[in-house]
Amino acid sequence: MFSNILIYFVVIPLLMLALTGLSRNVRQIRAVAVTGSLALIALSVVLLVQYLGLREAGETAPMLFTDSWTWFAPLNINLAVGVDGISIAMLLLSSVILLTGSFASWTIAQPKEFFLWLILLSTGVYGFFICVDLFAMFMFYEVALIPMYLLIGVWGSGRKNYSAMKLTLMLMGGSAFLMLSLIGIFYHSAPEGQPLTWNILEIAAYDAIPHGWQSFLFPMAFVGFGVLGAMFPFHTWSPDGHACAPTAVSMLHAGVLMKLGGYGCFRVAIYLMPYAAQELSWIFLILTGTSVVYGAFCACVKTDLKYINAYSSVSHCGLVLFAILMLNTTAMTGAIMQMLSHGLMTALFFALIGMIYGRTHTREITQMGGMMQILPYLSVCYVIAGFASLGLPGLSGFVAEMTIFVGSFQAGMADFLSGAGSLRLVYTLIACCSIVITAVYILRVVGKLLLGPVYDDHHRTLTDATWWERLSTATLILAVAAIGCFPNFFVDLIKTTFSPEIFAVLGM
Amino acid sequence: MDYSQFLAMKQEIAILVVFLLVFLYDTFMPKASQKALPAFAAVLTLIATVAGFCSHALFTDGHVVAFAGMYETTPVIAAIKGILNIGVVIVLVQSIKWANGELMIMRRGEFYELLLVTLFGMYLMISARHFLLFIIGLESASLPLAAMVALDKNRYESHEAAVKYMLTAVFSSAVFMMGLSFVYGLTGSLYFENIYFALTGQMNVLLVVAIAFVMAGVGFKLSLVPFHLWTADVYQGAPTSVTSYLSVISKGAAAFAFLVIMAQVFGSLYSQVWEWMLYALIILTITVGNLFAIRQRNMKRFLAFSSISQAGYIMLGVIAFNAMGTAALMYYILVYIFSNLAAFGVIGAIENATGKVGMDDYRGLHKTNPRLSFCMMLAMFSLAGIPPFAGFFSKFFIFTGAINQGSVAIYVLVLIALINTIISLYYYLLVVKAMFISDDECVIPNFKSACSERLGLWVTVAGIIGLGIVSYFYSSLLTLTSDSLMNMYFIG
Repeated sequence: MFSNILIYFVVIPLLMLALTGLSRNVRQIRAVAVTGSLALIALSVVLLVQYLGLREAGETAPMLFTDSWTWFAPLNINLAVGVDGISIAMLLLSSVILLTGSFASWTIAQPKEFFLWLILLSTGVYGFFICVDLFAMFMFYEVALIPMYLLIGVWGSGRKNYSAMKLTLMLMGGSAFLMLSLIGIFYHSAPEGQPLTWNILEIAAYDAIPHGWQSFLFPMAFVGFGVLGAMFPFHTWSPDGHACAPTAVSMLHAGVLMKLGGYGCFRVAIYLMPYAAQELSWIFLILTGTSVVYGAFCACVKTDLKYINAYSSVSHCGLVLFAILMLNTTAMTGAIMQMLSHGLMTALFFALIGMIYGRTHTREITQMGGMMQILPYLSVCYVIAGFASLGLPGLSGFVAEMTIFVGSFQAGMADFLSGAGSLRLVYTLIACCSIVITAVYILRVVGKLLLGPVYDDHHRTLTDATWWERLSTATLILAVAAIGCFPNFFVDLIKTTFSPEIFAVLGM
Repeated sequence: MDYSQFLAMKQEIAILVVFLLVFLYDTFMPKASQKALPAFAAVLTLIATVAGFCSHALFTDGHVVAFAGMYETTPVIAAIKGILNIGVVIVLVQSIKWANGELMIMRRGEFYELLLVTLFGMYLMISARHFLLFIIGLESASLPLAAMVALDKNRYESHEAAVKYMLTAVFSSAVFMMGLSFVYGLTGSLYFENIYFALTGQMNVLLVVAIAFVMAGVGFKLSLVPFHLWTADVYQGAPTSVTSYLSVISKGAAAFAFLVIMAQVFGSLYSQVWEWMLYALIILTITVGNLFAIRQRNMKRFLAFSSISQAGYIMLGVIAFNAMGTAALMYYILVYIFSNLAAFGVIGAIENATGKVGMDDYRGLHKTNPRLSFCMMLAMFSLAGIPPFAGFFSKFFIFTGAINQGSVAIYVLVLIALINTIISLYYYLLVVKAMFISDDECVIPNFKSACSERLGLWVTVAGIIGLGIVSYFYSSLLTLTSDSLMNMYFIG
């Protein structure tokens, strides 16, 4: 069992849990968190190198490092693992954000409990990304959701009780639909005479789910994951939740957990049910297209920094789902890039907001101004994050959005020219508007918060970033720039999955 | 008469021996050593449990029919009895502190003797293949419980609860027997097997009424809605140890007996008659139980409504009407025993130490009693079905088992049940919120709970964490029920 590298992505967090439980003071807890997340980053890099090596050597299987250990034998539930380029990218992202998140909660109250829950959450995230068995995936998915309740409820601010409960119930409500859908997939997973299976790769290979059942199960799976991907109209947990959560939790939740939604939509809903994806994508296209624009508009009118960023997350995550639903290679590649880009960028945003809030004790942009004079380091970081978000070339946002819109336009034109309707085209044009709206809300914040005269004279005494804050923001900025400057590396990493042989819907 | 037939009843005899030993101890041992009685009873029951499992493993003769077909035991039945027995051991361990308290000095023995008698009755209910034996089991499982509910004789609520329980138990038995008399009139027999074959292909109004009455009769014991009205008052009034026994063991036994009756007696009428009745009952039970639980401020009443909705989930294993559903039902009972007893263990410990049972008293408990609140949180998470705790697995498997039945209607039912899990999550989280998130000063001071209480909590917590992740339990139950022996339930 331990000869497979993937299992360590769950073993290390579990070890961290145990060690944190045994820690006696805050220094030990920090040491465990930082060492553990560094180990996870190292592990992801090793995995990346090995994976690229294997692909170089001509491996063509959809997933590598596959392994399967029997769990509930009579139900054919296995602990099956396997990764492709996309999962590896997600694992890297999670590790980076876990590390920076640990730095961001350097001085949190009740550190032991906080880190226990935070690491439990990451255990769920890692388990979700490495598993290819629907049952195991679902289990890890829910493991990642429930710590949010306590993390927000205990360490949050503002209307934390309300937000924590709302977030938990909405996400669990989504997973109720998801559970039904997964059980339904299981019972139709294999053709007559073959044993039923939970394994994604086998189900995709069989492609045996009857079309009628697909149309029933696909929407439930998509909504189930879509709730976590903040799809309109199920996005309302996201602003409240993010606004009330402590910094590291916002980072991890917007940066990684919301990616679980997009990843699930594409890995489970679309991958396993290509027929229904083709037939019903228009419904969700409308919904996700709406969240792209609606989220951006909401961000324009909010004055609380966290709310602004949370709505911008709704918009950007909506774009991920939107691109996935275009069902062509370019747009889907863009969607994955956008997941990475948004994950890093939003984590950077939330980290910075947390740092600013920690100093000024307010997140209202109307109560602040001229921060560039007082906190130059943090302000410059904020500007960089803003530029990444509005798609400045050279940073990650540009690459991702460019790819998405090119892909969507291709899909839309193809539809239009073949007489299949102009819905995709129209929605692509609508979604494109979000680029402009994004620029509006980003520049508004930059202008009000960072530039101009100092609003409050008490703020003049504030000190700029500490070493751990500099470390975490610098890491994130480097990662954002890396994606922006070397997009081809990531495109090559994830391209294997998007071939018609593996991803049936692309060949339809 | 062939006396070797008694050997088929190994598990019953084990309980009978424990009963006799406890009775003799209670009667003849000097007053000074009476304090050891609770521990004595717990250890003996533990031995009986282990012996029951071992004897089963040693003599794998499996399927035995005795007493002219009145009594039957199969590996599945032995397993469910074992599961119940484990629960009883935990209840007994948890009740040691309470039983040694001031209040119980003169009645210590009664609690254990009555409890063992009811357990014996439940065994008969599960193993009976003739309605006469079934009713003997049903009555001896119900009436002594009323006396147990009234044990706390200084409290007014305890009396009220006992009277309520007594009246509903008698009334439900009467309804049950009414239905039975119809069945007897239609078929001329009280043997399960004979009734099954006589009813195959029959369909008339009398039969529908009969089945409805029988379901109502057992529904009272299971506290399915609309037969649940006694539950909250009795749970609140009874001493906590009795409540925990009522809520897990009595319910578990009744659920399995219900499954046996529906499958073995009325199995051939599944799709014609009772699938839809049970369908409606499940929806009502889960929804009403959940909605009423939201408003409760007393922990025992709260768990009463939670247990009503849990009974609805358990019934999904009956409506599944297949081996997978049966395995999931048994597994659900097992997990439910551990989760609910963890919750009652905490409630009991706090009640014994401070006398507080209100949910508002639990505000800020995390600061004064972190360990107890941690146990309570695990119990709540497990009851709500959150991984990686056992409750998640039992819910997932009972849904999987139900959907295995295949019809679209079952998908809808499971969807309703799933949406209800969200409601239940809300009120379970209310408890977690009170304990962990509330900033108030806690009215419950830090106290050291008794050894026995801690032991009980350790065992239940271990179960909550281990029963799901370790696949052995569910897998072996499913293997057992998929065996040909069990499939005789589903001839139809």
